[in-house]
Amino acid sequence: MTGPEPSMPPEGVALAGPVSNDETDTGPLLVATGLKVGFPIGGSIAARLRHEQRVLRAVDGVDLEIERGEALALVGESGSGKSTLARALTGLVPLDAGEVKLGGRVLKGGRRSRADQRRVQMVFQDPYSSLNPRLTVGGMLHELLRVHHIVPRSEVDSYSRELVRLVGLDPDSLQAYPRQFSGGQRQRVAIARALALSPGLLVADEPVSALDVSVQATILNLLQDLQASLGLTLLLISHNLAVVRHLCDRVAVMYLGRIIEVAPTEELYAAPRHPYTAGLLAAIPRMTPSNEDEPPAVEGDPPSPLRIPAGCRFRTRCPIARERCEHEDPELTAAPGRPAHVAACHFPLERPASATAPAGATTKEQTSPSPS
Amino acid sequence: MSAASLVTVAPERAQARKSGWYRQPALLVGLILLAVILFMVIAAPLLTSYNPVTQDLGATLTGPSAHHLLGTDQLGRDTWSRLLYGGRVDLQVAFIAVLFPFVLGTILGSLAGYFGGWVDLIIMRVVDIVVAFPFYVLIIALVFVLGPGERSIYIAITVVGWVSYARIIRGEILVAKRQEYVLAAQSGGLSNLRIMGRHLLPNVITQAIIYAMSDIVQDILAIVTLSYLGLGIQPPTPDWGSMIANGQNFLTTHWQLTTLPGLAVVVTGLALSLIGDGLADLLRPGQS
Amino acid sequence: MTAGPASSNVLEVSDLRVEISTRRGVVHAVDGVSLEVPRGEAVGLVGESGSGKSMTLKAILGVLPPEAKVRAGQIVLDGVDLVPLPTSALNRIRGPKLSMIFQEPMSALNPVMRVGWQIAEGPRVHLGYSRSKAAERAVELMRRVGIPDAERRFRAYPHEFSGGMRQRVMIAIALSCDPEVILCDEPTTALDVTIQDQILRLLHRLCKESGVSLLFVTHDLPVVAQLCQSVAVMYGGQIVEQGAVEQVFAQPCHPYTLGLLRSAPDVEQVRASLVPIPGSPPSLISPPAGCRFHPRCGFAELDCTEQMPELRLLPAGRSTRCLHYERCLEPLTAEGAAR
Repeated sequence: MTGPEPSMPPEGVALAGPVSNDETDTGPLLVATGLKVGFPIGGSIAARLRHEQRVLRAVDGVDLEIERGEALALVGESGSGKSTLARALTGLVPLDAGEVKLGGRVLKGGRRSRADQRRVQMVFQDPYSSLNPRLTVGGMLHELLRVHHIVPRSEVDSYSRELVRLVGLDPDSLQAYPRQFSGGQRQRVAIARALALSPGLLVADEPVSALDVSVQATILNLLQDLQASLGLTLLLISHNLAVVRHLCDRVAVMYLGRIIEVAPTEELYAAPRHPYTAGLLAAIPRMTPSNEDEPPAVEGDPPSPLRIPAGCRFRTRCPIARERCEHEDPELTAAPGRPAHVAACHFPLERPASATAPAGATTKEQTSPSPS
Repeated sequence: MSAASLVTVAPERAQARKSGWYRQPALLVGLILLAVILFMVIAAPLLTSYNPVTQDLGATLTGPSAHHLLGTDQLGRDTWSRLLYGGRVDLQVAFIAVLFPFVLGTILGSLAGYFGGWVDLIIMRVVDIVVAFPFYVLIIALVFVLGPGERSIYIAITVVGWVSYARIIRGEILVAKRQEYVLAAQSGGLSNLRIMGRHLLPNVITQAIIYAMSDIVQDILAIVTLSYLGLGIQPPTPDWGSMIANGQNFLTTHWQLTTLPGLAVVVTGLALSLIGDGLADLLRPGQS
Repeated sequence: MTAGPASSNVLEVSDLRVEISTRRGVVHAVDGVSLEVPRGEAVGLVGESGSGKSMTLKAILGVLPPEAKVRAGQIVLDGVDLVPLPTSALNRIRGPKLSMIFQEPMSALNPVMRVGWQIAEGPRVHLGYSRSKAAERAVELMRRVGIPDAERRFRAYPHEFSGGMRQRVMIAIALSCDPEVILCDEPTTALDVTIQDQILRLLHRLCKESGVSLLFVTHDLPVVAQLCQSVAVMYGGQIVEQGAVEQVFAQPCHPYTLGLLRSAPDVEQVRASLVPIPGSPPSLISPPAGCRFHPRCGFAELDCTEQMPELRLLPAGRSTRCLHYERCLEPLTAEGAAR
């Protein structure tokens, strides 16, 4: 799961490699710095011309690094900006500020050149609207393969067959239309489409949220297998912390447009440092019920992204907020001795299960990090 | 990992729609009616031996007889053959005339809907200006300025008619472009042109086609009206509008001269309306 | 169906059958469902899409779509069978005794009516309260469900509230006439995790304080584990397993329940692999012969294809529809076996 070179897939077909003419071989695959994405809201034409509109700051200063071959999760609730960040990385949404570098090469925010667009591909959330109802699966794949000249014309058909075989579908799927497939199968098609361009980075935006529980497992297993066999680098956007724990090596937590904590998965679940992360974990319903008479892990509603609180943006709901939090916006700081675990908090929780940790901490004690 | 075989989840749904088209009464009746009309005007030479233009001043204003099925007009021209050949002209012009606004409106509507911003602003303001004028006023004014005749009809109808298509397509595209498959096409590095043409248009064109059906009716009426006013199809070419105009003087004595072409217009319009309704019901999105 | 004094169950559903007539045939959406909801308890009804769980709730409340009809069965609320009742009689019961909360609060609330008056409507119509008394009660309910600044927000419109707050408004409406049972149709599915946590705890508190019963429909098993005392698992329009929550989830007695548990990732522990349930949900127009789950069941044997198994009683108040439920005990825990 950590090899830098893509290995041969089980079927013995060499998938075309990602665009790599100017890639650096070492270091993180993706480096994003200072990303900001805002959406202007309302206002008259006059206000628009004077640039006096209110701006919804969906992504408000994000730095991110993704290592080759790893599976990084981006978690957050609605309004966190995770979907917008994913789309900005994929080139679907223009950047207001900041820079994205993939393999050393700078990628623009908005519409990119064709070669650049290939390098980051996305699997979308809704399998029922992410496939063009008028195109067959084969039609979809052929178009992409031909437009980007992935393989010579004569090999387009056989390459398409290999792609659908890779995601576990029969070759006759190529002649079928999306309406003939179930939700889970459509997501397989979506994954095949994303892999068709041999991207360096695969972004999966809530790939299983719209599927039934028993079908989710097939897609999660598929993603896991593809990661192992292709050395795929995966950015998983999800609000489901169980899925994230199962699939990912590292987790980044977002709140109101910022990343407020990043850590290796097991460490995040066992010992979160940011109060929001701790609250989020405590809020997840568990199969072994906790004490329901306790107050909720996180009180209140998230502030509107149009009016982000000054200082620390979480302070309005934070159980341990103090005066400093009103004035100073915390930076991501590493835990002592554990540089891989950073949190943006002035008073990070340093102990795994303590008196100050929110309700539900008892269940975490029972969970000793086990190798996955 | 086992290979999942193709599960045909909803083949029944697709089949139901295909087999349903002949179960729509409106569509069926309309199609039959139109087929009959088309047959009659196309097979005109088989159905009458008279030339619609030839005058026979020795046999003017005769009633229905063995020689002339429906009699003759004031210049001795056979009414039945003028009805058939006139139908040819009117229908031909109408079917062609509906194409130009369809194409122009679809293109402009797509551009406005897909790109938004200034493109949308400008196109929609032009639409607003055109729509502000009553349809017939504008058509008549344009034909008057351009000079009467077939060519002017095409130009006038195009200039006035494209706006409805533009609005319909723009509305559909505004919704469709938010669908994730469009985002997927964009992330796949496909050009805007390809996305508009290959991905968006096939999914939104049905609404424009449905509208075109009712537009043909409107065009037929416009052509007939223009000809009635002497601005459309010019004599000696037969057409229903001028037949109605010429025949009105003889309404009390030979009512068939003006009434029958009028009836022909009504029946043709009815057939096309039924087809339009039937298609609309059939192609309505989201029907289970 | 477990025996028990009728007075301890506020709601009893017996052999409910709901059919929907479509062009392709009759859909047996609910095919012989029996449930008991004891007073003051929360009962979970879990299943995936197409299992019939939402239809069951709608049948109980009497808000089935026009194509759907109750073909058989009884729905006994406080001793009265609701099935044969005409709408006028049903309206007198809905509200005071039975209410419902939905998944999408935005579509369940009237967008042009102030929130306070929507909450006050029930007491005015069913309990005969005056305008001012009903308004007072609405404010009190809003406080009870945790809406801050209740007196001012009485006059607000639904679009001025966040998703979680709207859900609280809906709960206040459901509580307004002091019902005996609240039917919940996936009320937290569309909510963020932290908000879901708040709402679940609120429901738990309200259950305890006022003794109202809940029938909670969801596909999310941990939510049921958190909130409910007993659970019924639905598949293909039928109940396939029933029992106390801790027991059913710790030791399922039906291969479908086992499959659900093994295919879902668990936030508390990472399993080696997730085991999906092969195949796809059964057609409700022409379901498989015998046990509906047998085409997808790893334990299926010949007798599973021959006859539809009945729901059998097991010790400790549990029941199952599986002829070979002991096979579920073999792997022993919910951990996936090594592949």
